[in-house]
Amino acid sequence: MSDEESLLASDLPLSDPQREILQALIGSIIPPSTDYDAPGADDPLIFRDILVTAGSYIDMFEAGLEDIDQQAKRNHDGAGFAALSDTDRHAMAEHLSRTLNPFLRTLVSITAQCYYRDDRVMQALGMEPRPPFPKGFTIEEGDWTLLDPVRLRGKLYRDVDG
Amino acid sequence: MSNDPVDILIIGAGASGAALAWTLAETRMRIVCLEQGDWLNPAEYPSAGKDWESRQYSDFSISPNRRKRVTDYPVNDQDSPISVANFNGVGGSTILYAGHYPRFHPSDFRVKTLDGVADDWPLDYTDLEPYYAENDKMMGVSGLAGDPAYPPKPAVMPPLPLGKSGQVLGKGFNALGWHWWPSDSAIASTTYDGRDKCANLGACTVGCAQGAKASSDITYWPHAIRAGVEVRTRCRVREITVNENDMASGVTYYDVDGNEQFQPAEVVVLACNGVGTPRILLNSVSNRFPNGLANRNGLVGKNLMFHPYASIQGIFDQPLDGYMGPGNCIWSQQFYETDRSRDFVRGFTYEITRGRGPVATALTGMFSGRIPWGEEHHQRYRELFNQITGMVAICEDLPEPHNTVSLDPELKDSDGIPAPKITYKLSENSRRMLDYAVDRGMEILEAAGATDVMTEAPIAVGGWHLMGTTRMGVDPEHSVVNEWGRSHDVRNLFVVDGSIFVTSAGVNPTRTIQALSLYIGDTMKKRLATLFD
Repeated sequence: MSDEESLLASDLPLSDPQREILQALIGSIIPPSTDYDAPGADDPLIFRDILVTAGSYIDMFEAGLEDIDQQAKRNHDGAGFAALSDTDRHAMAEHLSRTLNPFLRTLVSITAQCYYRDDRVMQALGMEPRPPFPKGFTIEEGDWTLLDPVRLRGKLYRDVDG
Repeated sequence: MSNDPVDILIIGAGASGAALAWTLAETRMRIVCLEQGDWLNPAEYPSAGKDWESRQYSDFSISPNRRKRVTDYPVNDQDSPISVANFNGVGGSTILYAGHYPRFHPSDFRVKTLDGVADDWPLDYTDLEPYYAENDKMMGVSGLAGDPAYPPKPAVMPPLPLGKSGQVLGKGFNALGWHWWPSDSAIASTTYDGRDKCANLGACTVGCAQGAKASSDITYWPHAIRAGVEVRTRCRVREITVNENDMASGVTYYDVDGNEQFQPAEVVVLACNGVGTPRILLNSVSNRFPNGLANRNGLVGKNLMFHPYASIQGIFDQPLDGYMGPGNCIWSQQFYETDRSRDFVRGFTYEITRGRGPVATALTGMFSGRIPWGEEHHQRYRELFNQITGMVAICEDLPEPHNTVSLDPELKDSDGIPAPKITYKLSENSRRMLDYAVDRGMEILEAAGATDVMTEAPIAVGGWHLMGTTRMGVDPEHSVVNEWGRSHDVRNLFVVDGSIFVTSAGVNPTRTIQALSLYIGDTMKKRLATLFD
């Protein structure tokens, strides 16, 4: 199944128009970066992960996306959010980012959760694309002589009779 | 339906219930522990998946109201600036705790005598010292001997590594001439008692898949079960019943299928901590105890103490430990003991929290306005990624009778048992202490080279420590249990969890909860012939 086909799966939440708005919105939150060789949050694989995760909040998402689309139509001669020019969409996204309502806070949280567990994103950050367990990580022991001045101090605790 | 009678019935398989079961097992009495949650399978802990951070917001959330497992009960904490954190299952909240594992100090047991506030405990540090030592061996504590903030105490294992974060902040403390020391941690730095050593997964607070963190399901319980103790999971206690002699006769509970069961017992022990324990007592209403069991003086549920927490985090222009390594690192008790020149009494501990994962970094940056939406996201994110470290200040909370656990008149769990309601107000002393901790914390971060600082006080979701709601004492008018954990009103009813704390100290409570549980268990063993006198 291709990435595009996977997005058409009937078990995913939201209608096609709602998915279109959502994909445009998360692409405005985290767009792709050629400088850092990183995909955007609207990348098909990441978007699918976001859709699956959003399934627990379906009512909130439907209402929130509808509200954003109506805002776009009111301010842009009937053009919905997904149909806006890049300039208008980014301007509206910038405005939304300064007025985070519960839906947008949830959306930002889910977007960050799904984006920063994507293999390509982890590699772009210099991470190995794997879970912490079982391999774990290495932490340097550190310079224990830093404690020398603390050792020279007298006791800090109070004595108690009895 | 009724079960065969048992000698000792423990309610709750968390930190204190496990310790008590283990120490009583040598008596060869029949001991059963009822636990409303399940056994957890470490192989299924979040750190075995790349979505490990996300699961902190769902099935491994610290909030029962967010987690909503079938094994959880809801908590109405709308009337509190700090919400309750816990976990229900074998191991209790040690499944999700960080493993910060300080002891109380000698002065913590003499608050009234030394500082003129709250009350002294009916026991002292020297009474608990051997039980601290015994518990340290059972749980496995990493640390470094010689901390000038404590009386001498042995370290069971070497300390966890300083890492980049510990070194940077250690230099900051040194620049100011302030105390710091490697944290005592309930995390194995070497292989220990069949457990593997820490692999620096960085995911301690969603359960340790490595088994290095000392949750009581993998420390005390295997030993207790081998010694004959029975743990019965998915058993949710509704109430403790009493007979005409004011003695507990057993408990009524719901099994995994929702069927009501009765378990008769000679002795009943509550080990459900500062919210769960008063909830059961207040739900145990009878003609002889119309206001709840062991509550003739009206103190059950009163004097709830959290530890108000402040978070002070710095952004640095150098790589730190980030998502790697246990959160535990170093601590400072520079401001622990009362100093009359300050505008508050008692004090607090700074605990360095090392770093944070990639998702937490993004959310911290985006919700604080440091990482914008759009093209700049990537560059600004990288200015924070692996470059945040800092501390939390854990402030002593003093007991106040208006801070309470009561029963919510409407909210119930899935078995129809009334849920707890929290009513809590931050005191002026705590507010001043938090402000002071934030100010000094910012000075530390500045001295360590931070370029920006983020603060939150109190941490709204930080109700990790639940204490004081069935306080101990020698006076039946002013305490719920006596100096060895036995109810003043019901002579075969004991409490061994954090609800018996008289004061909270300025440190994490689990090590003291477990030492107290061992102390109470030992006292019970010594008094077996006269236990109910």
